[in-house]
Amino acid sequence: MTAAANGTSFDHFYSYLTGHLGGGSGVIDRLLQHIGYSIEALAIGALIAVPLGLWSGHTGRGATVLSLLSNASRALPTLGLLTIFAILIGVGLNAAIIPLVFIAIPSILVNSYVAIAGVDRSLVDAAKGMGLTPWQVVRSVELPVGLPIIVLGFRTAAIQVVSTATIAAYVGLGGLGRFIIDGYASRNYAEIGAGAVTVALFAIAVEALFLLGQRLLVSPGVRRAGI
Amino acid sequence: MRFPGHAAAQTFHFQKVGNWQWVLNHIGYFWSLSRTHLYLALVSVVLGLALSLPIGVLAARRPRAYPAVLAVSTFLYSLPSLAVFALLLDITGLTDNTVIVALAVYAGTILVRSVTDGLRSVPEEVRLSATAMGYRPWRRLVGVELPTALPVIVAGLRVATVASISLVTVAALIGNGGLGQLFIAGENSDFITEVLCGVVLVVFWAIVCDGAILAGGWALTPWTRKQR
Repeated sequence: MTAAANGTSFDHFYSYLTGHLGGGSGVIDRLLQHIGYSIEALAIGALIAVPLGLWSGHTGRGATVLSLLSNASRALPTLGLLTIFAILIGVGLNAAIIPLVFIAIPSILVNSYVAIAGVDRSLVDAAKGMGLTPWQVVRSVELPVGLPIIVLGFRTAAIQVVSTATIAAYVGLGGLGRFIIDGYASRNYAEIGAGAVTVALFAIAVEALFLLGQRLLVSPGVRRAGI
Repeated sequence: MRFPGHAAAQTFHFQKVGNWQWVLNHIGYFWSLSRTHLYLALVSVVLGLALSLPIGVLAARRPRAYPAVLAVSTFLYSLPSLAVFALLLDITGLTDNTVIVALAVYAGTILVRSVTDGLRSVPEEVRLSATAMGYRPWRRLVGVELPTALPVIVAGLRVATVASISLVTVAALIGNGGLGQLFIAGENSDFITEVLCGVVLVVFWAIVCDGAILAGGWALTPWTRKQR
């Protein structure tokens, strides 16, 4: 039995969308929540992952642990992680934000490590030869040269967080996933469609924003040399 | 219903954490969920590979098509899985096909890149030697270029397979999610053992399939191994 046979197809999602734009728990409200959770999770994740990745890449320590982490994070089902936290902490904001942070960390951490560890040794040696302190080497050589890969790590993390925040509606988080979960519970296909289309467009916008950011952030010299 | 902070409720689920008797009683159930799960995941990956081979070959051959293929796969990959499952509800209905189509697209976006990159990494000398030996373009592709690109394709296949096995669980929110069913049931009855069993089984099957593909790739590319 398809949705269309029910007479409740997605055809009406557009009218649902325009009918539920404003107001509390309207589409705009849910979109802002979704953006808020994503930024929060990314920011906390970055505070943990970036320093750790930079340190690891600079000193070359912990490479094995990082490669294990990146493999394990791919296999770990996010819905399982979300439900474990929901059962342990109780349904709510914390139960959803903590797993979102966990999901943001691996790509940022691994990419920060790869970015710094992959910087041409001769560049680092030249910088040291010029008398730069270790901190200056990180800040003015390794960081700008590795930046494209670090931004890529953020992009991957952002996409994963946006996607998982949608799923987190199941354990009580707000955001755009609510329309899909609630719509499915009441078999309201217009609502499901409105949520799915909005969150898909949002994810595409995030991707586009990062592609643009990559162009603006990366130093022109690095971009041209392609190091 | 759950009462966070309520002492009785707390001790209640901590007692249930290591409920081994329950686990042993449900081995048959785990097996049947695992079979559905692997069916959904692996059929998707095979479909994704079938989809990405012609597109990857085209993108590797035509430099102009390459950025377009890359852009489309990047944006498709960024779509939240739950949204894609939900959107497909309307087209395919609530069937296994909903899950398979969505996962095949995800696997395809990963694989199309490895097929293209793998083919582009084939050294020009290899291509020229094959042509000089009388290989026609089609036979050169199947007999020389694809085998040479195999290590890169296998690497992509491993990522796509592990990701698919993990992603099937999301489908449990709107239909058949294989082992993801354990997450929903565990969450509904506040029973963490059931959720943990689901997580462990998903990771277990991901490792098993990853290992199998790794071994398959190793067996298929004897020339990449050091001669002793």
